[in-house]
Amino acid sequence: MNGVHDMGGMQDMGPVREEKNEPVFHHPWEGRVFATYIATGAWRKWNIDAARYMRELIPPADYLRMSYYEKWYAGLVELLVGRGLVARAEVESGKPAPGSSKATPPLTAEQVPTARHRGASTSRDVAVAARFKTGQAVRARVINPVGHTRLPRYARGKLGAIHLDHGVFVFPDTNALFQGEKPQHVYSVRFAARELWGDAAKPQDAVYIDLWEDYLEPA
Amino acid sequence: MESTRRDFLAAAAGAAGAAAAGDLNAHADDSGHTHEHEHQAVPSDMALRVKSLESLLVEKGLVDRAALDALVDTYENKVGPRNGAQVVARAWADPAYKQRLLTDADKALGELGFGGQQGEHMVVVENTPTVHNMIVCTLCSCYPWPVLGLPPVWYKSAPYRSRSVIDPRGVLREFGLELADNVEVRVWDSTAELRYLVLPERPAGTEGLSEAELAPLVTRDSLIGVANVQPRRQGGAA
Repeated sequence: MNGVHDMGGMQDMGPVREEKNEPVFHHPWEGRVFATYIATGAWRKWNIDAARYMRELIPPADYLRMSYYEKWYAGLVELLVGRGLVARAEVESGKPAPGSSKATPPLTAEQVPTARHRGASTSRDVAVAARFKTGQAVRARVINPVGHTRLPRYARGKLGAIHLDHGVFVFPDTNALFQGEKPQHVYSVRFAARELWGDAAKPQDAVYIDLWEDYLEPA
Repeated sequence: MESTRRDFLAAAAGAAGAAAAGDLNAHADDSGHTHEHEHQAVPSDMALRVKSLESLLVEKGLVDRAALDALVDTYENKVGPRNGAQVVARAWADPAYKQRLLTDADKALGELGFGGQQGEHMVVVENTPTVHNMIVCTLCSCYPWPVLGLPPVWYKSAPYRSRSVIDPRGVLREFGLELADNVEVRVWDSTAELRYLVLPERPAGTEGLSEAELAPLVTRDSLIGVANVQPRRQGGAA
């Protein structure tokens, strides 16, 4: 979806402001949103692509206005409701619906370190042939999917070269919609800054973008 | 998933009602203070809404409060840029380690116990006198949690996400880093499940320092690539 989240190359967003001695969370509720997202993720009712997609669906004006963890809260509610863990009426009332069953067991404090160290790799150990080789010229395809995609707009149609092959990973465009993992190679692709932005860029500068094979075509 | 923008609008309308109710109960908002950060347009009822959701999920058996406490504590106190600084200090002190770090980052980071969530697949990129690397996630907020912790607000902000790819030199200038014309800037946009860490240049005059003395020189910003490492730490924790 050509949403406002796809920000690469936009201008006039203002200066980058660094906060000195910034806390990890600015308010206690931010930490609770973060932790709740991680803890409920342990039920494996969704995947990281679906979680990103839910945040991308926040209407653009709200997306720009909301703080980071407000967006996480909004996305989390959509995941919990959309995947059937809670009903929207329950979120609004803050109370379980009468007669609703209790889930067990949730992620425990003792499991937190193990779960963190294990992570949730989206790499897949399956034999999938690589279509492209290191050094090969490629073009990012011109596509405008209305769902989730990780091909940024600023790269579409641009000429690049395969820097390296990262191996086989789950494909976000289908995974976000629970339509299958469609594992395929992901490549680091080097795009010259001038190819992306024109002659004002320095000739030696470049942007490296990690792109799934379905986003690329031979050039 | 059935969610649509219409659902969000409906939810937002519900939130507006909740916000009005929240005003009547402002004393119950534990966020505690006014919002001095202009990027933080937080409605006063967020603390209440989050508390309400947490209670619901606890009652339904979907989360354990102690696990939430442990997660907050982990990212507030246990995981952060000190980890990345330790990696860099080791790489500066041990050329063989540096080689492993640049060729198989997952394995080399694993030697120091770093890996896992949001750092399952790592790439380390090296700054040299002629190459400067910087990391961004233009589409969301991807960041190498095991070695840097959670990202600062500016990293997740629209200005950084939008401009770092089109005007990296301008962004670096705002951070106080002016690059020479002959330097090659490589911007790494974290669009997939690879997470990046910059190996900054070891500053001159640190030849006699041990690994333990080097690590405190390495700042978070130098590990993202928006700063270089200074010979002596110049105040501040950034």
